[in-house]
Amino acid sequence: MTDPVPPSDADLRALLRECRTLAVVGLSADWNRPSHFAAKYMQQHGYRIIPVNPRYAGQPILGETCVSSLDDVREPVDIVDVFRRTEDVLPLARSAVAIGAKCLWQQLGVKNLEADALVREAAMASVMDRCVKIEHARLFGGLNWAGVNTGVLSSRRGGG
Amino acid sequence: MGERRFHPETLAVHAGQIPDAATGARALPIYQTTSFVFDSAEHAAALFNAQTFGNIYSRLSNPTVAALEERVAALEGGRAAVATASGMAAESLALMTLLKAGDHVVAASALYGGTFTMLAVDLARFGIDCSFVDARDPQAFAAAMRPNTRAVFAESLGNPSLVVLDIAAVAEVAHAHGVPLIIDNTVPSPALCNPIAHGADIVIHSATKYLGGHGTTLAGVVVESGRFPWDNGKFPGMTEPSAGYHGIRFYETFGDFGYTMRCRLEGLRVHGAALSPMSAWQILQGVETLHLRMERHGANALSVANFLRDDPRVAWVNYPGLDDHPQHTLMKRQMKNASGLLAFGLKGGLDQGVRFIESVHFLSHLVNIGDTRTLVSHPASTTHRQLDGSQQRAAGVTPDMVRLSVGIEHIEDILWDIDQALCKAVS
Repeated sequence: MTDPVPPSDADLRALLRECRTLAVVGLSADWNRPSHFAAKYMQQHGYRIIPVNPRYAGQPILGETCVSSLDDVREPVDIVDVFRRTEDVLPLARSAVAIGAKCLWQQLGVKNLEADALVREAAMASVMDRCVKIEHARLFGGLNWAGVNTGVLSSRRGGG
Repeated sequence: MGERRFHPETLAVHAGQIPDAATGARALPIYQTTSFVFDSAEHAAALFNAQTFGNIYSRLSNPTVAALEERVAALEGGRAAVATASGMAAESLALMTLLKAGDHVVAASALYGGTFTMLAVDLARFGIDCSFVDARDPQAFAAAMRPNTRAVFAESLGNPSLVVLDIAAVAEVAHAHGVPLIIDNTVPSPALCNPIAHGADIVIHSATKYLGGHGTTLAGVVVESGRFPWDNGKFPGMTEPSAGYHGIRFYETFGDFGYTMRCRLEGLRVHGAALSPMSAWQILQGVETLHLRMERHGANALSVANFLRDDPRVAWVNYPGLDDHPQHTLMKRQMKNASGLLAFGLKGGLDQGVRFIESVHFLSHLVNIGDTRTLVSHPASTTHRQLDGSQQRAAGVTPDMVRLSVGIEHIEDILWDIDQALCKAVS
């Protein structure tokens, strides 16, 4: 299976503007785990976070009650943000389609091509092997302060 | 539609600097401030935990300095960069972040004198060994590798030996041993050579030289390619919880810019050789014209090299841009031109060389390189004075060597000054 064309910066900008609710699968309650970093960042930038992790089901993480699985989420979800091993993603992709999510986002190091194809077939957006926090900061500002090559060139105020 | 891949000339002017969100200022504002206010206690905590991106204190990051960092990262085709107070600060930050007592480095012997001293003397004091090898021989790098080797270090174009490193061949050696290749790319600048494209993992600049280009300001930059697999088992400092920054795992958390974040949050935070915003701004003024200047530096240096090669008063000339230079083909493969540095010796040797240096009219006798002005120096008694005779020979420095950093003055004036000084030197 060949890699699909990754989304353009314009696509990602539109996606992150339109989507407001993230179900974060595999969110850790430990403050120094990458999933916690990313979810906290997104929450601070105005996104609703729904923690999904059987280990913490019923407990609060980042002020939100954690559910056991995507099937237990009782409200609309825009992005299913996956912090799981690549081989565990396919069932999550099926659940993401079932709950009517707009995007399956596989985090850095997570790249399940079958899951990618499945959600595209369902007309959902798909992002692989990228961090939602890093991409948000790359496109809307912040990552440039860390000396990262954002690839953003613009003559508009703030780059928008 | 894919993303537009902008040319280096465009990146040199634009990368890292979009109009200021607060004011709309088109040119880069100088954020001359030590510190930045927090929105709330929680915001402060998130910033300190590196959970959100932002500025805390200018020793860690500063928006003006960050523009320089991103621009050099873009010009080198790298993922991220961190700027420092000088080129030597960049070299020590790059190495001290990676290495610990008991580790070993394989380095080219043809290095700037200060770098050689850092590797041979200072790092040795902290229990880090270094083997020096002939930069012209990739097999010499392979033969010097040990189980505890953690980095390979070389200059893309040696100063002042002008030895051209076969970057791809040495990168292969380093990667076969699971260690990064660190390249000091100061002399070519990113306008002439991009080591990452040839396999380098970390690129260092003394931005004081061609990047700044005007001899006004000290600065250094460390660029990360974003491609090195830090989780190969040899770099626990990249994969295990950081004792120096409350348990962050840099590679897992920041991925392909984890090394840069570690340089920033461990090395820069603790050792403190941060670049001032004013200096970053001055360097960036130079970077905008880098590609124009490097064309002229290279063209003028080639003319000077041809002039010296044909002059009966000159014993030898070393410039990889000359078509009879033994590494001319390799230089052409890796570089757009051979840059502005050349070395030569006069018939009669050291005494004539000293008389030459003392006889120039507008060429400047000093120990910088990469200025708009043509500069002349005697490495054996200045930049490489701390090395003994055999170390100097290994670094490509001979007692009679005169080094020129050819500037962007009119070539006929440069040749006039060299000619009149040669007349006085050998009369």
